[in-house]
Amino acid sequence: MEEFIHSKFNYWIYVLLMMIGLWGMIAKNNLIKKLIGMSIFQTAIILFYVSIAVKEKEANIPILPHHGHDYSPLAAAAHAGHGDGDGGHKDDNGHNASPEGHGDHGDHGHAGAHDPKVPVPNEFANPLPHVLMLTAIVVGVATLGLALAISQKIFKHYGTLEEDELLKKVRADDYV
Amino acid sequence: MIFSFDMLILLFLLPSAVIALQLRNLLGASMVFGIYSFLMCLLWAEMGAVDVAFTEAAVGAGVSAVYMIATVYHTNRRSSD
Amino acid sequence: MKVFTGIIVGCIGMLLLYGVNDTGDFPAWGDPDSPANGSEISQYYITQTIVDTEVPNMVTAVLADYRGYDTMFETVVIFVAGIAIFSVVRMMEDSGWHAPEFLRKPDLVPKHTVRLLVPVIQIFALYVLVHGHSSPGGGFQGGVIMGASYILIALVWDLETALKRFPEKMAITTAGVGILIYAGFGFAPVLMGEEFLNYGILHHVLPGVDTPQMARYYGMFGVEIGVMMTVSSVMFLIYALLASRGLMKKGL
Repeated sequence: MEEFIHSKFNYWIYVLLMMIGLWGMIAKNNLIKKLIGMSIFQTAIILFYVSIAVKEKEANIPILPHHGHDYSPLAAAAHAGHGDGDGGHKDDNGHNASPEGHGDHGDHGHAGAHDPKVPVPNEFANPLPHVLMLTAIVVGVATLGLALAISQKIFKHYGTLEEDELLKKVRADDYV
Repeated sequence: MIFSFDMLILLFLLPSAVIALQLRNLLGASMVFGIYSFLMCLLWAEMGAVDVAFTEAAVGAGVSAVYMIATVYHTNRRSSD
Repeated sequence: MKVFTGIIVGCIGMLLLYGVNDTGDFPAWGDPDSPANGSEISQYYITQTIVDTEVPNMVTAVLADYRGYDTMFETVVIFVAGIAIFSVVRMMEDSGWHAPEFLRKPDLVPKHTVRLLVPVIQIFALYVLVHGHSSPGGGFQGGVIMGASYILIALVWDLETALKRFPEKMAITTAGVGILIYAGFGFAPVLMGEEFLNYGILHHVLPGVDTPQMARYYGMFGVEIGVMMTVSSVMFLIYALLASRGLMKKGL
């Protein structure tokens, strides 16, 4: 039972929020209340997408730590260049060594440079739904701004923002 | 991804969504809508979506609430339900 | 109406809850093997972002490089919303009823606090833009914070004080120039023979850049500059139009 609640919990929350937003959009009379309901609906959808990108236990945020120096191949190549430079100095000191020794020094220099680590996918949260939701948030605010501008014009023209009075006035306008 | 932290934020989130729809004073409804946006931002930051939470904090709580208050100022401040 | 809507919404909610719980198709919360988390493309983005582009922030890399076409049209959507609000609401004079306007001098404490804070906020917005490659941030967040700094000036002083610093014509021009920068960074590879928005080929042209990975790094940065210009000017323009009912004279 505990396992069942734990595994399906976020879906219940987002269904509840979506239904609150849907009820607000349909049942409320005022236009501004309808817009608040629309925003609640939109943020509930964004919550759903973000919650399916979660990986549990050790998952970290989707940003590589330490500016990605441990993981990047270009930084590893720069370190390998430094390592070969040091190995070259050692070769100068051991110049009259045998060719096998020379090869051993060369191998030691290469092994000293660290290979870039590959990020383990289970350690980072899934970045793809985050990207989609960034677009969704910004488009949502653009839509909200346009809806508020249109409701200002409606108020200027009809004098009210309540839906039933608006319908009466619009129908009276139609029959003139 | 801490379960008890999620429950605490949700304890405030669901009533604020209902209250934003039920208040008759539209100025108060815009402010409670700003509170709802802030709590959503906290929830997403706790789930590991830091970029999304940053954008929602700037957009939802900063800019969106100000647009609503500006519109309510020029139209009616009371609503009938 | 409310009871009827409540019944319908309750039925839809029950249907959705049944679909989530009992059919068993939805994966458990936080499952690493779910179809969203375990798919090929998500794992490619996690493992190959640093190899292809040298950017530690995976979300910025996917947003501006792998899915850059999407972001370009999102910027166009913001621009079109600003233009649409401008064309709906803008008017030159008004004679109907309007809310009473209070003309007061700004109060002492907000005036001096905001006077010191606004430069810091704008520098922080530029920091968020530039550091978006290694920390949460990027073009959108920096643009919204920059637009919000002008809204703060308009709230403490007059709207006219803010419009003197950021006039309406400059706002619309900046919004258009931001999209031109984005499309320009996308079109430059076409002039060199590659596809649209393939920044890797620009390492022949940009000064001081020698590998395709660093060309993609700087291409992403240039694109984010364009996004920030558009977003900041449109956010302030929408506020100025909504707060003054379109007159752009007095306001909230």
